[in-house]
Amino acid sequence: MSLQQLASRLQENFSTGFVKAVEWRGDLAVTVTRDRLHEVAQFLHDDPAMDFDYIVHVSSVDWPDDEERFEVVYEFYSIRKGRSIRLKTRVPESDCIVDSLTDLWKGADFMEREVYDMMGIRFRHHPDLRRILLPDDYPEGYPLRKDFPLRGKGWRDTFEFLNETAR
Amino acid sequence: MGLIQIGRHEKDGEPDVITTTVEKAVNWARKGSLWPMTFGLACCAIEMIAAVSSRYDMDRYGAGVFRATPRQSDLMIVAGTVCRRMAPVIRKLYDQMPEPKYVIAMGSCATSGNIYDSYSVVQGVDRFVPVDIYVPGCPPTPEALFDGILKLQERIMLKRVFLKQPEQVKPALK
Repeated sequence: MSLQQLASRLQENFSTGFVKAVEWRGDLAVTVTRDRLHEVAQFLHDDPAMDFDYIVHVSSVDWPDDEERFEVVYEFYSIRKGRSIRLKTRVPESDCIVDSLTDLWKGADFMEREVYDMMGIRFRHHPDLRRILLPDDYPEGYPLRKDFPLRGKGWRDTFEFLNETAR
Repeated sequence: MGLIQIGRHEKDGEPDVITTTVEKAVNWARKGSLWPMTFGLACCAIEMIAAVSSRYDMDRYGAGVFRATPRQSDLMIVAGTVCRRMAPVIRKLYDQMPEPKYVIAMGSCATSGNIYDSYSVVQGVDRFVPVDIYVPGCPPTPEALFDGILKLQERIMLKRVFLKQPEQVKPALK
């Protein structure tokens, strides 16, 4: 099955949620609406013709000027068939929550946590949605957002442990 | 060290009396056996490892016994980028080292944060531990690290051992 066939098959099965498919330099990127994201992912995971059994990465993009500001990007790979696909969905800032795919790919767990940590996008039904890189009580928000100041808001310069140290 | 030759040994002609101060003898012993703590954080660690290994052989300066615990070491070479989340760990390890203790900030990142002017990178390790020697470079070569160690040894020789030292720790660090 070529990438075009794969994209058209997705479009047939998910006519309501399908937004667009872009193929560029051998990479297929499919954008779906977020209410169909889990179904599309399940189809990609379970259908024998698709067979995307490995999740490569979960990342996110901030488009500050767009109405649906954030984009969550999933990348899947089929080890047996040797091909990959990129699945995108958009979320608005006011309600940035998408369905977690940890029930399909266990490996999505930490990567979704990283997206939550850095971009503040929450994942519905995630088993353990906590910050992963930053401390749990990190006070400044989500540092990968475009409106976050590059030098932070002071966390890097506050060393509260210096006062606690026993001398 | 004040070597004063009063007489000669009968057989090999070496001086048989050495006069010096206790302070210099103590400092000499201290500078000749610096035990660094393994503290590689980023790519600078690779150069630090190269400095210890056979081609460069940091043991020549008595500073090759890398310890994996702060309790056995008296020199902390902070080699690499220091993230804010690592800062309390560094401070805790520094506090666990026995006196006298020294800190070398190795490389631009540990010195000033280098190009990483971001929300998470501490702009210099001297913001929470007192640093004795800054070694510039990105990363510094083993020779540069040796220069820092030799400079540190010179400074150790200048220290007063049996007098109360002026507070080295910055007031803000206390």
